[in-house]
Amino acid sequence: MSKYSIDQNGYYGEFGGAFVPEILRKNVTELKSNYLQIIENQQFQKDFQKLLHDYVGRPTPLYFAKRLSEKYGANIYLKREDLCHTGAHKLNNALGQILLAQKLGKTRIVAETGAGQHGVATATVCALMNMECVVYMGETDVKRQFLNVQRMKMLGAQVVPVMSGNRTLKDGTNEAIRDWCCNPKNTHYIIGSVVGPDPYPDMVARFQSVISEEIKSQLESQTGRNYPDKLLACIGGGSNAAGTFYHYIDDERVKFFAAEAAGLGLDDPQKSAATIHLGKKGVLHGSLSMVMMTEDGQIVEPYSISAGLDYPGVGPMHAFFAKVGRTKVLAVTDSEAMQAALELTKLEGIIPAIESAHALAMLPKLQFIKGENVVITISGRGDKDMNTYASYFNL
Amino acid sequence: MNRIDKLFQSGKKDILSVYFTASYPNLDDTVKIIKSLSDHGVDMIEIGVPFSDPMADGPVIQASGQKAINNGITQKLIFKQLENIRQITDIPLIMMSYINTAMQFGFEQYCSKCAEVGVDGLIIPDLPSEIYLSEYKQFVDNNGLDFIQLITPETSDERIRAIDDMSKGFIYMVSSASTTGAQQSFNEAQQQYFSHIDSMKLKNPTLVGFGVSNKETFRAAADHSRGCIIGSAFIKLLGSCKSIDEAVETLLSNIKN
Repeated sequence: MSKYSIDQNGYYGEFGGAFVPEILRKNVTELKSNYLQIIENQQFQKDFQKLLHDYVGRPTPLYFAKRLSEKYGANIYLKREDLCHTGAHKLNNALGQILLAQKLGKTRIVAETGAGQHGVATATVCALMNMECVVYMGETDVKRQFLNVQRMKMLGAQVVPVMSGNRTLKDGTNEAIRDWCCNPKNTHYIIGSVVGPDPYPDMVARFQSVISEEIKSQLESQTGRNYPDKLLACIGGGSNAAGTFYHYIDDERVKFFAAEAAGLGLDDPQKSAATIHLGKKGVLHGSLSMVMMTEDGQIVEPYSISAGLDYPGVGPMHAFFAKVGRTKVLAVTDSEAMQAALELTKLEGIIPAIESAHALAMLPKLQFIKGENVVITISGRGDKDMNTYASYFNL
Repeated sequence: MNRIDKLFQSGKKDILSVYFTASYPNLDDTVKIIKSLSDHGVDMIEIGVPFSDPMADGPVIQASGQKAINNGITQKLIFKQLENIRQITDIPLIMMSYINTAMQFGFEQYCSKCAEVGVDGLIIPDLPSEIYLSEYKQFVDNNGLDFIQLITPETSDERIRAIDDMSKGFIYMVSSASTTGAQQSFNEAQQQYFSHIDSMKLKNPTLVGFGVSNKETFRAAADHSRGCIIGSAFIKLLGSCKSIDEAVETLLSNIKN
């Protein structure tokens, strides 16, 4: 166990824990006492790895971005999670969790979704495993992300528009938790990020850790060295960043950089989603982490042009890494992210998701030594964002 | 001995505890509601602190909390509203809040402020007993407050015993796997659960909450416990009746003979 590990009570330093109502206690305890044993089981790993390979399309490429490298004066590699089936890294976790839910004897799946990527990933694995699927999505997001709603419906999921609160991701999450409270016996809740009560943050990080596992072996074969100098990823809840960092957490030769969405800037918390910059320590959705809220403790609705990053909390692992200086967290505005997306598209012919563009937008903010190796995770593809890109760039 | 303990030691049966959301429907309704409930003979009151993300609550309480937040209520203002409450009534009062708002107020100050205005107990549905014991209990105890814990049909007998051991005041028995909200009747499994808990002969008395809304549910629950907690059904009436008194009177005539 290292100084960065999660402890037995589910805390990363001072962040984490399981702040859940008594009705969910049994489920959360059941999950905690079984998840490691299930995940580490040889047959489980065999099934999981086979599906990751044959179904998700892993390993995803580690692509040396030549023109981007020339521009920034470092060797920049892109970890292409955008090439996963369904278009983002989200499927790694959804697949792992549904296999686990089967082992726990659950027959029904609930999930929350914001931009719809996690909802689509969950609906996909439910179709694959023939399980009932209910996805809670804020009504505002249902309207904004209609294509993903249609995909989920075609996959057989029931998409429930959530009318409470501001009708976005956090409200979808509340509603998914309430559903779980009402159906604790037969239902498993597939959380889409490294958030929620212990053991979710660690469990989701483990399912996403395949990203850094592959980076390690791909770097070894491409550069002769199995670690980069810098790792860059975006964080909303923080699942792709957790996966990107996972196998390097104790290797301090590797510096971590995470981009959170600053929206229109850091001056107005109502127009930003930069939780680590602007938040305070508090409890949201079952864990103690950094949270964006009013002085009185009411959670505020964050803003970002990216529907996948506008979450008012952040995984406890990232709150801890930021606090102890393991990760440097940068705030990236809407316009910086949009320019970075355009730049990648023009230089490399890859249209990234707006979330991933936030990671790319850190490049002009960082100093590089010539010859150093940098890996950026492209967490998803930009197809879902074409409406936003089109109106932003007047295409 | 605080007021909650006194109430239960009086031997009273069919205890009625009513939950309401502070500053709903109007900002200055908090004290008026307490006074009306107390004047009409209700036995105990839970003051709900509004929270933007109340994950254990159903749609009725959720919406009332959002309205109260929009009305401008804060934890600080609730304490201000309750400043002179003990000059008006001696009814047992419980403050029910989610952990985040109490934490932002400062948990130690939250407890001392509760004691100062005359609150007798706390309910924090998203503060599990393990975390409570290790980090929060001392502040609750130092201020002479009861920490009321919930048990549900999913709680094992072993855990119920442990909760009973560490509890003071009473145990809040959640009627079903659900969030808060009215039910028309309790099914057989729920009734069996009530009688099972009754047969465990816990050292603390129990009150049944979640889903109590009419004579039938009140009777079914109160026969196997010391009484009931009503929340959503009362909030609904506050939203639809012309006055607070009318809401309280309608509630009482709906559940009592």
